[in-house]
Amino acid sequence: MTQEKLLGWKELPLGGAILEPGNSETRYTGDWRTFKPVIEQDKCTRCLRCWIVCPEPAIYIIDQPYTTKSGRQFKFSVEVNYNYCKGCGMCVEECEPKAIDWVEEEK
Amino acid sequence: MMAKPFFRTVYDVPREEYLAPGHGLCAGCTAGTIVKLLLKVAGPNTIVVNATGCVEVSTTPFPYTSWKVPWIHVAFENAAAVASGIESALKALKAKGVIDPSKRINIIALAGDGGTYDIGFQALSGMLERGHKVMYVLYDNEAYMNTGIQRSGGTPVYAWTTTTPVGKILKGKIQQKKPIAEIVAAHKIPYVATANPGYFTDMMNKFKKGLEVNGPSFIHVIQPCTTGWKFDPRYGIVLARLATETALWINWEEEEGQFRVTVSVPRRKHVRHYFELQGRFSHLTEEEIEAIQKEVDLEVDKINKLVGRTVIGPLVE
Repeated sequence: MTQEKLLGWKELPLGGAILEPGNSETRYTGDWRTFKPVIEQDKCTRCLRCWIVCPEPAIYIIDQPYTTKSGRQFKFSVEVNYNYCKGCGMCVEECEPKAIDWVEEEK
Repeated sequence: MMAKPFFRTVYDVPREEYLAPGHGLCAGCTAGTIVKLLLKVAGPNTIVVNATGCVEVSTTPFPYTSWKVPWIHVAFENAAAVASGIESALKALKAKGVIDPSKRINIIALAGDGGTYDIGFQALSGMLERGHKVMYVLYDNEAYMNTGIQRSGGTPVYAWTTTTPVGKILKGKIQQKKPIAEIVAAHKIPYVATANPGYFTDMMNKFKKGLEVNGPSFIHVIQPCTTGWKFDPRYGIVLARLATETALWINWEEEEGQFRVTVSVPRRKHVRHYFELQGRFSHLTEEEIEAIQKEVDLEVDKINKLVGRTVIGPLVE
């Protein structure tokens, strides 16, 4: 919730307009999932297919250089934002090098 | 000759996101993928007119919105009419000098299959005839998924829905799917295309072209629905791709009367592969599947004849 109490009809903007673009970011949907995807940065080839298919979007490109154990260098990494990931598994299915693990969520 | 495609690889796709996370679409809903990529192509100078449907209901639970671009919700029937009005209003404001006349503002009408095939059809037809510069995007999940999986004009034959149940007498929907893209193409508008989120570069290039043409454009996108089609959420994109691989869904475009198949399928799969992943088709018998396969074969022959060469190959598996 962005505000403590819901606004009354006199305080609401005209037409019920929402004046904050993209404020659903404050609504976390991460607790929907039972399994979570975990990207293995060493296996990942940065093909970005998971980033394309993620319907949330909960997979982001971050500007963090990464060097794999075999010495391959990448200028960026791909990471899952678990606050929003609903655990659909589309990224796991699409991942060509099978670099995304499907891990059961533990409470 | 075909112009060079704008999006060739995944690295051509802009990083900015205009659809915020935290929306209420089902886990594994491919509508999220489609809308996300659509907004990446359109950019911030965009007005989205959204008819009632899954995307509208789940992205804007008051007082939240997932849209980072101006967005208006309209009823089922008038998405195209409101989009026409906005386009005319912008034209008037530009003529009066209120808005910079050189400013490019994209107007996108976004509606589901219920709001396009059935309820919003007359408004859509009117918009196309008047020639407003609006891109109409139809995300087709082949039933009224938002209200609880009722049949629509877009539901394919034999598909189970709550209003076409499977029992002793009725075996899913009796009627055929309405060929909406062909009907729209018959309006002789500058750009009509069918797209598939499984082939995302192709889909994004079509969105780009649709926004650039001078006049109305229509993009028909297939959207696998995990709830209504009854499949595991993780197979959304796999199913979308299978629809094209089995030639049940052909990705084509018609630009100024030039028909082109944009995704050719050299080796076609049997429709069985598409049906067996979905619970809504689980009652199909072997004969019914073969009957559908025969129809698909005829359709493929027709398309190949129209294009003049073999774009959709023979059945192999």
